[in-house]
Amino acid sequence: MVRLIGVHKSYENGARALVDVNLRIDDGEFVFLVGPSGSGKSTIIKLLTAEIAPTEGRLMVNGYNLNNIHMSQIPYLRRTLGVVFQDFRLIDKKTVYDNMTFAMRAVGATTGEIKKRVPYVLELVGLDKKTRRLPHELSGGEQQRVAIARALVNNPSMIVADEPTGNLDPARSLEIMLLLERINALGTTVLVVTHEKGLVNRFSKRVVAIESGRIVSDGMDGYYGYEDEEV
Amino acid sequence: MKMKKYNFGYFFKEGIRGIFLHGLMSSAAVCSIVACLLIMGSFTLVAVNMNATLSKMEQENEIIAYVDESLTLDQAKTLEANLKAVPNVLSCTFVSRDDAMKDFAAEKQENSLFQNLPSKILRHRYHIRMKNIEQMNATVSQIKQIKGISSVSALLDISKGFITVRNIAGGVAVILIVVLLVISVFIISNTTRMATFSRREEIAIMKMVGATNWFIRWPFIYEGLILGVFAAIVAFFLQWGIYDAIVAAISRSDTMSLFVVLPFQHMALSVVEIFIATGFLVGVGGSMMTIRKFLRV
Repeated sequence: MVRLIGVHKSYENGARALVDVNLRIDDGEFVFLVGPSGSGKSTIIKLLTAEIAPTEGRLMVNGYNLNNIHMSQIPYLRRTLGVVFQDFRLIDKKTVYDNMTFAMRAVGATTGEIKKRVPYVLELVGLDKKTRRLPHELSGGEQQRVAIARALVNNPSMIVADEPTGNLDPARSLEIMLLLERINALGTTVLVVTHEKGLVNRFSKRVVAIESGRIVSDGMDGYYGYEDEEV
Repeated sequence: MKMKKYNFGYFFKEGIRGIFLHGLMSSAAVCSIVACLLIMGSFTLVAVNMNATLSKMEQENEIIAYVDESLTLDQAKTLEANLKAVPNVLSCTFVSRDDAMKDFAAEKQENSLFQNLPSKILRHRYHIRMKNIEQMNATVSQIKQIKGISSVSALLDISKGFITVRNIAGGVAVILIVVLLVISVFIISNTTRMATFSRREEIAIMKMVGATNWFIRWPFIYEGLILGVFAAIVAFFLQWGIYDAIVAAISRSDTMSLFVVLPFQHMALSVVEIFIATGFLVGVGGSMMTIRKFLRV
C-alpha cells in the first residue's frame, strides 16, 4: 500500500516538483498516473523508491515509513517494488535468463530459488523460449517483457512502470499493458506512468492526473481526465 | 552487515570476472604492486643483511689498544680496570709482548725471517670487544685518553661503511615503502574506479532491485584482494630468484667476503607474510576507497 499525505517536494534549485499531494494506492489496485512532462510524475516514482526524500508531508510505501527510513533499510523497501523503465535498462552482455538471475542474486537468492522462479516468470511474460537470447536479439516489446519479468522475479508487492510503452508501437504497447493487467490480476499492485491517452482509455482503471506538481483528477472509471497536448 | 555463506563463491567469481574484464588495467595493477613490493623487499633485505653483518662485526671485531713501551708488565696489567670502565667496552684481554710475539711467529712460521725475533720489538696490548660497534669512534677516543695507552688500532672505516649502508638502506626502505604503498593504493583504486564506471549500469540495476551496499561492494573487494595477493605471490618468487642470484654473485667475490649473507629460506616466511599482508591491504584498501563513492545512489 502507498500513502502520500500532504507531500511537498522542492529541489535545491528552488523548483517545486510536488505541492500538497495526497494519494492512496491500496494493495491489488491498478493505477495509471498521467500528466505532461515536468508535471511531477517522475518525482513521485523517485519518492516511492526512496531515491529522494519529501520536503514535507508523510510518505509510506509497503509498510515502510519513508520519512524516517534508515539508509540500510532502503534496499529492503526496494525489494517490495519492481520498477520498469521506458528504456528497459537490461544488461546487454547478459542473456535473458542471466538478466533474471542477476536480479535474484542481487537480493541473495540461492541457486535453487533461482532455478524455480526464473522459468516461471519467463513463462508468465511469454519468453520461456528465448531464455538464451541477448537483449539486442529481441524486439522492443520483448525487451520490455524481459524488463517486466526482471521486475517481477523477486516477487514484489508492487510494480512501478515508468512510461513502459514509450518506445513501442501501438500493438506492442497493448501487449505490455495486457501483460501488466494480467500481473495485477495475479495480485500484484501496478502503478503505470504514461502519456498514452488511447491506451489508458482502453482499460477501465483508476487514473490519477497530475499537473504542475498537483493532483488535478483521480477517477476510478478509467477515463483519461487530463488532456495532454503531447498525446 | 548481513551476509549469506553461499554468496562468497558468487562474489569470488564476480571478482575474477572483473579482473579479466579489465585485463590491461588489472595487469598494470599487478605489475605496479610487484614492482613496489620488490623495491621495498630488496631494500629491507639489504638492511637486514647489513644488520647481520654489523652483529657479526660486533661479535668478532676487536680494537687493539697498545700499551706505552715505558710501562712494565705489571704496570701494563693495571690498565685493565681503566679499560673496563669505558662504557662501550664489553671485554678486554691482556696480551703481553711475549705472547704477542709467539702468536706472530706462529702466523709467519713458514717465513724464517720472522722467526727468533726479540719480543721487545712488540708492545703489550689489550684486545677489546665492544657492546655496540656503532659507537666505535667514541670508544676509540675514550681509550686513547687513558694514560698508558699509546695507540689504538681499529677498523673504523669498514665499520663506518657498514653502518652508513645499513642506515641508508633502512631509511630509503622506509621512504620507498610509504611512497610505493601510496602509488599502489592509487593504482588499485584506479582499477576499481574503471571497473565500477564500466559497470555503473549494473550497479544501478542492483540498487534498483534492492541489493545491499555490501552485496555490491564484495565483488570489487575480492577483485582488489585477488590482485593484491596474486601480486604478492609473484613478487615473493621474483624476490627469491633475485636474492639467490645476488647471493651467488657475492659468494664468488673475494672482496665481498666481509658481508654476512643470510640464506633466503631463513627469511622466506617473514617475507611472504609481509608481502601478502601488504598486497592484501593495498588491494582491499584501494577497492574500498573507490567503491564508497559509487554507492551513493
